[in-house]
Amino acid sequence: MTGFGSGFQQWLERSIGVAAIFFVAAAPLLAPTPIMSNYFISTILTQTFFLGIAAASLIFLSAYGGMVSLAQISIFGIAGFALGNAVTNGNTKGLNLGWSPWWGIVVGLAVATAVAFLFGALASRSAGIYFLMITLTFAVIANVFFGADLSLSGFGGISGIQAPSWIGEVSAHPYRLYYAAFVVAVVVYVVIRYLVRTPFGLTLQGIRDDPLRMSSLGYNVPLHRTMAFGFAGFIAALGGVLFVWWNGHIDPASINIGAAIDLLVICVIGGLYRLEGAWLGALAFVVIQNYVRTDYLPVVGGTFHSLIGAIFLLIILLSPGGLMGIWGAMLGRVAPADRATSATGIPGEQGGQPTEGASR
Amino acid sequence: MSNAAADAEHAGSRVAASRRALVRRGPAGVALIAVAFALVWVLFAARTCGTSCTGLETTFGSAVHDPHDFLITLLNAVTAAGLYFVVASGFTLIFGLMRVVNMAHGAFFLLGGYIALKLQRHFVGGDSAFGLLSSQVSWWQWLVPALVAAVCIGIAGLGMQQVFLRWNQGQELRQALITIAIAIILADQMIAHFGAFTQDIAWPGLIDKRVRIHLAGVEYSLTRLAILATAILVGAALWLWLKKTRTGMVIRAGVDDRQMVSALGVNIQLTFALAFFVGSALAGFGGAIGGSFASLGPGVDANWLLYSLVVVIIGGMGSLVGAAVGSLLLGLVSAFSAVYLPANYTYYSIIFTFALLALVLAFRPLGLFGRPA
Repeated sequence: MTGFGSGFQQWLERSIGVAAIFFVAAAPLLAPTPIMSNYFISTILTQTFFLGIAAASLIFLSAYGGMVSLAQISIFGIAGFALGNAVTNGNTKGLNLGWSPWWGIVVGLAVATAVAFLFGALASRSAGIYFLMITLTFAVIANVFFGADLSLSGFGGISGIQAPSWIGEVSAHPYRLYYAAFVVAVVVYVVIRYLVRTPFGLTLQGIRDDPLRMSSLGYNVPLHRTMAFGFAGFIAALGGVLFVWWNGHIDPASINIGAAIDLLVICVIGGLYRLEGAWLGALAFVVIQNYVRTDYLPVVGGTFHSLIGAIFLLIILLSPGGLMGIWGAMLGRVAPADRATSATGIPGEQGGQPTEGASR
Repeated sequence: MSNAAADAEHAGSRVAASRRALVRRGPAGVALIAVAFALVWVLFAARTCGTSCTGLETTFGSAVHDPHDFLITLLNAVTAAGLYFVVASGFTLIFGLMRVVNMAHGAFFLLGGYIALKLQRHFVGGDSAFGLLSSQVSWWQWLVPALVAAVCIGIAGLGMQQVFLRWNQGQELRQALITIAIAIILADQMIAHFGAFTQDIAWPGLIDKRVRIHLAGVEYSLTRLAILATAILVGAALWLWLKKTRTGMVIRAGVDDRQMVSALGVNIQLTFALAFFVGSALAGFGGAIGGSFASLGPGVDANWLLYSLVVVIIGGMGSLVGAAVGSLLLGLVSAFSAVYLPANYTYYSIIFTFALLALVLAFRPLGLFGRPA
């Protein structure tokens, strides 16, 4: 598609990926420098990891299952609420069960995944924009539910949720949670990349491309969609667990319709069709949010959201594949080596630019 | 011997078949039982809290014991459904013809409300922070702002369609994302320009009163009845437009097969533009009603987008009858679950909306009156 050897692109992307991983792993050792302040690591990068994990669950569904879901933030939040209810034992809303942090993780992941299976089963016979709308209603209902249910959360939410002792206070040990989130993000990436190559993943992609044909070949389309949604829910729940550890607090506003749209914005900015886009989009979003948030925009008025909305709009209009799409298109234009041998593009257009510079 | 064995086998397979049928119809049976239970509960079984409360009592007694409150709840449900219908019919019109999910519909609703509000304040004068009293407002000071808001929003919707949506027809998801982006920008801009507090439009004094309905001694708000009447008018006008005029015929044909209609020489782009204008104008008009009936403020846009979505998902997207039935169901479920749930569980009334949605989707993924594209 890009019109040049995918071998080179793959090599380049892998090199960048490995370099990024080394950089991220080493970042706390270099800190604090002016660019790599502790704030940057504990706030921006940590947030990028867990939001990226939630975004990865959405991109997994959209890129490999053809399902763009707005309910991922609800699953993310449900994991957080379940964990909060399980581990707190103090003066906060919720059940205050006071269980050990390990049980908190288990309960958070299990409850959220179970809800994801339920949501997935209900929405599994729809696709495309219907799926988007149905999952939007799920998201709103989850938000309203936690706002209304005083025994589980209530409007003010659950506060004072502590991370387990091996992570400790984020303010005291910012790098522990940073590394935890980093490791989980890498594992999530690897697992999704592995999963899409298994027979299940291939079937899912078949369903994305032609549900009717897959169904007549004997595959159970709704079941596969439900399984994929449940799996994505588990991924989103991992992000939710990291979020409550980082934030120490969760309330219905963290999973409201605005938050659901924010997650979609992250995915669209990064690229709905490439898994790497999840963290790229999350980084872009978090950076803009942290550095633009408080200022009023000149001329038009409005805040951060007007700006992010405009960026979102521009990206959909110009590059539906998001930043990853721009990256792909850029490589397609620059790379000279394999162009002549590529069978997909138009030869005249392909040879043009690079050789021009070379011949002069 | 072998006959007997064969018979037994037959019987076995018959049992298995009937068990399979039971499994297949099981959910329908459960749904039917649930609906029947809800009816019995509301009509006969619900009790209010007397001297000793167990937490299972409801806010209002059952229809048999407390016809007055039952009737009021019923009227609340039907009149709310009227407003749901006005807003959702615009959504479904746009979707049915163009397969565009206009996620900015809620933002259009709110913007329409704000336009009507500002115009009304301008007409009446005396712009106070506490809003206007209905006694200060004559009927045209409500109606003219509402109609102007409808036209403005119609033009806004038309502009959005021409600039952003026309050139990527058929890319449904991309169009939905574009409208989401516009909704984000509009919501933020409205907070910046109209403030983050809630405001409401004043009803005209002429209808802001209670009328006696000669049934169970109920006195009911005339404004809510006026909403219902407006909804019926809008519904009738839309129905006449779609069924009895040439444009309506083209729209209905376009819903079924766009390519064929344009191949026959009809200017389908003009029809699309018209439908987008009318659909958005209904959101704007709904915003003027909604701003008088409830209030305008941040978050209202998201709520009304949700109502529209729920209504059209239940009713089937693109169907006018579906929008009417969906609105009625949503109105009934939300009004009745708010007062007929046991007192300790009133908070869960939102779950009933969800259950309704789930119920419909489980049996008819395209909604009650939906047809495949």
